[in-house]
Amino acid sequence: MKIEQIINKCKELSFDLDFSYAKNWKQEKPNRILVGFMPVYFPRELVHAANGLAIGILGSGDRKQIIKGDAFYQSYICHIPRGIIELALDGNLDGIDGFIFPSICDVIRNLSGMFKVLKKGAFIKYLDYPQNFSDKTGGTFYINELKHVLSEITKINGAEVTDEMLWNSICLYNKNRELIEEIYDIKQQYPWRLSMEDLYHVLRAGMVMPVEEHNRILEEVLDSINANIGEPMDKIRVVVTGAFCEQPPIGLIKTIEMAGCYIIDDDFLSGSRWIQGNITTDDSNDPLEAISRAYLTRSRFSASVYSIGDKKGKSLVSLARRRRADGIIFAAPSFCDPALFDAPMLQKECDGSDLRYISFQYSENTGQYKVIKEQVGAFSDSIKLWEEPVINN
Amino acid sequence: MAAEVIKEKSMILQKEMIAKLFDDLSSAKDTGKKVVYTFVPGNLSELIHAFDMLPVYPEINALQSGMRKQSGSYIRDAEKFGFSEDVCTYVKCDIGMMLNGNIGPTGKKLPDPDLLLLSYTGCFTFMKWFENLEQLYPGVPVAMIHTPYQEGGKITPEMTEYMVKQLREDVIPKMEKVSGKKYDETKLKHILEDAAKTEDLIVKIFDTTKNSPSPIDAYFAGVYYIGPINIGFRGTPESVEYYTELYREILERVRLGLGPVTPEGEVTERYRLVVEGPPNWTSFREFWKLFYDHGAVIVASSYTKVGGLYDDGFRHDSTRPLESLSEYCMNCYTNLNLPQRISHLKKCVTDYRADGLLVNSIKSCNSFSAGQLLMMRAIEEDMEIPVGFIESDLVDPRYFSYSNIKNRLDSYFQMLEQRKIITKEIKQNIPAQTGI
Ligand code: SF4
Ligand code: SF4
Repeated sequence: MKIEQIINKCKELSFDLDFSYAKNWKQEKPNRILVGFMPVYFPRELVHAANGLAIGILGSGDRKQIIKGDAFYQSYICHIPRGIIELALDGNLDGIDGFIFPSICDVIRNLSGMFKVLKKGAFIKYLDYPQNFSDKTGGTFYINELKHVLSEITKINGAEVTDEMLWNSICLYNKNRELIEEIYDIKQQYPWRLSMEDLYHVLRAGMVMPVEEHNRILEEVLDSINANIGEPMDKIRVVVTGAFCEQPPIGLIKTIEMAGCYIIDDDFLSGSRWIQGNITTDDSNDPLEAISRAYLTRSRFSASVYSIGDKKGKSLVSLARRRRADGIIFAAPSFCDPALFDAPMLQKECDGSDLRYISFQYSENTGQYKVIKEQVGAFSDSIKLWEEPVINN
Repeated sequence: MAAEVIKEKSMILQKEMIAKLFDDLSSAKDTGKKVVYTFVPGNLSELIHAFDMLPVYPEINALQSGMRKQSGSYIRDAEKFGFSEDVCTYVKCDIGMMLNGNIGPTGKKLPDPDLLLLSYTGCFTFMKWFENLEQLYPGVPVAMIHTPYQEGGKITPEMTEYMVKQLREDVIPKMEKVSGKKYDETKLKHILEDAAKTEDLIVKIFDTTKNSPSPIDAYFAGVYYIGPINIGFRGTPESVEYYTELYREILERVRLGLGPVTPEGEVTERYRLVVEGPPNWTSFREFWKLFYDHGAVIVASSYTKVGGLYDDGFRHDSTRPLESLSEYCMNCYTNLNLPQRISHLKKCVTDYRADGLLVNSIKSCNSFSAGQLLMMRAIEEDMEIPVGFIESDLVDPRYFSYSNIKNRLDSYFQMLEQRKIITKEIKQNIPAQTGI
């Protein structure tokens, strides 16, 4: 397939709110299972090893009119749960066997209870990630949580999950993350070779298809951007942060890039990039223990993970430095306590490191970008006109 | 209504206890007492006492600022500092107060913390709150204990074990270091015995609303009653004394057939309600008046259980000290899953023979508010009782719209009234049961 065709396929799949690709996959063979997970991170390896496909449920974006969902939420709650409830009530999620709600905030936590009340899926699991990072304490607790998830899945399809199968799945997702990081590395050097809009679609499509297939797509994308394509433009290089859960609409991502920025790193779909580096037997010979250790020691920084000592601020600055960013865009969903409480702390760190930034709020169904375009444009111009260019060495 | 409210002995006792705590806090740096900042839900006050340290509760400061009409400017200062208008105003109020010198409710400066104890129960925002506090107090040790959520509707042995390990490996060693004292389990056990006595008493107190008329308002007065148990006195002899006296006074009201006391005297009970959600603090009196003017008495509320839920039998247990501290944390109201919260509210409606349920949805508080509309619907459908809905905020005066709330409450009370008339008519038209 040509790269344009691949990207078009990803475009279609990433916003297929019926999840028909995944549902067809399930029908192809007996005892396959679909597990939907809410943002941000979920170790999809578990589902893969148990003859299943984990699919990301990332809201309905600006692709679905919300009618019922608004009746379930007060105006001062973010938008993503409305979209998810709308999908659930309209039957879009029928055929998905179970649902995982990672412990990222009170809204997602309570959404798990709403799914219970509405009796959606054969199991509903609020996955309590440890906020204690010691191996013996947080790790033991987390491994229990993972075993619980596995038992819920195997109760449905009777799958026997061996260590070997888990390692096989771990390797496939290691490969997936490696390829994604390679793409980001190239994009950092040659951001004009792949727009953020295209990359976003490619990554988001990976949330609804088997990892084997996604790895092939990523390899093709990598091949294509390894070639010298496109022309550099006079844009600044930015890292976007704060958008880890409710996703910005594509229009917003395009607006940032059209207003004079190359997005060279972001936290849009950070679940697919959560663990940094590979999960290997160096972590442990036991696959669940290895997944747990990787989580405890090599998670990305995120507003949903407890961290003191200003580690998050330092991580953001170091990411920006590593990516040779000219500035940072704080883009957080409206009413998102985790992202919005992080922002002042992170911004303080940026101030101390002479990193320029702007911030704004959005919602997954934001339709007007004029103000943001002006703000981003002014930011880009000010950096281009007044700042020393970042030395590319 | 009676013209004058006479201060009961319990009120005087409470006042003295709180005044002493704030006195101790203001002199802590001189007396060498160590100060722990922590939160109400899932508070480990018994453990803090076991190390002879003093607790400070940022939420209590925030609500006090709200009642003293200072929260508005604190919140604006925090917003100027960089916090979004969208986020929890308790946090912003507290941070605004710190930015303004950290003057406590008695007008004296609160001491800086020696330990930040993050026992975050039932709310993620606590975690963000402490991450921010840690930046405001750099270098102060932080002890964190992660309380697992009751996602499966129960506390499993693994959850308890996880918490106990955190207490042993992180919280207690940090407390030992900060206080300079060894962990003394015998001392903790004695404190827990008093905690259990206090819990027995508070359950009995809130159970008196089963009487008609209810002798107390379990929400508007309830928030005063839970003061001592929530702000660190739970395991103290003073608290046993306070609650014994309070219970005695309430039983006396029951004996005399008296209704609840309000700022304007005694109220004649017309409607019995269960309330879900915290109150508004900035216009607390006006808010309360909107209820008692209509004879609406709150016979049970979920908010009085955020600092601990004891109705279902949980008690701190001196024979299992760390286990029971952990179970206490996991059992606070907002750490229950939604189906549990629904059954709890339904049980309250039934047990306290309420005429309806009212939800005060708080803008700041996702922990409470997300899902409340579905909870309401489920309860309404299941119990066929009138369910009302109002919106306000804890401490942000910009989100207390008196007329809006009044209009909604007026219609709600009308609904309750009509229902009373209909029920009465039905009862009159049904021939008397002859018995079998
Ligand atoms: S957008 Fe923020 S507040 Fe809303 S569900 Fe996601 S993390 Fe929670
Ligand atoms: S969100 Fe609610 S429970 Fe959490 S700190 Fe704010 S007011 Fe308290």
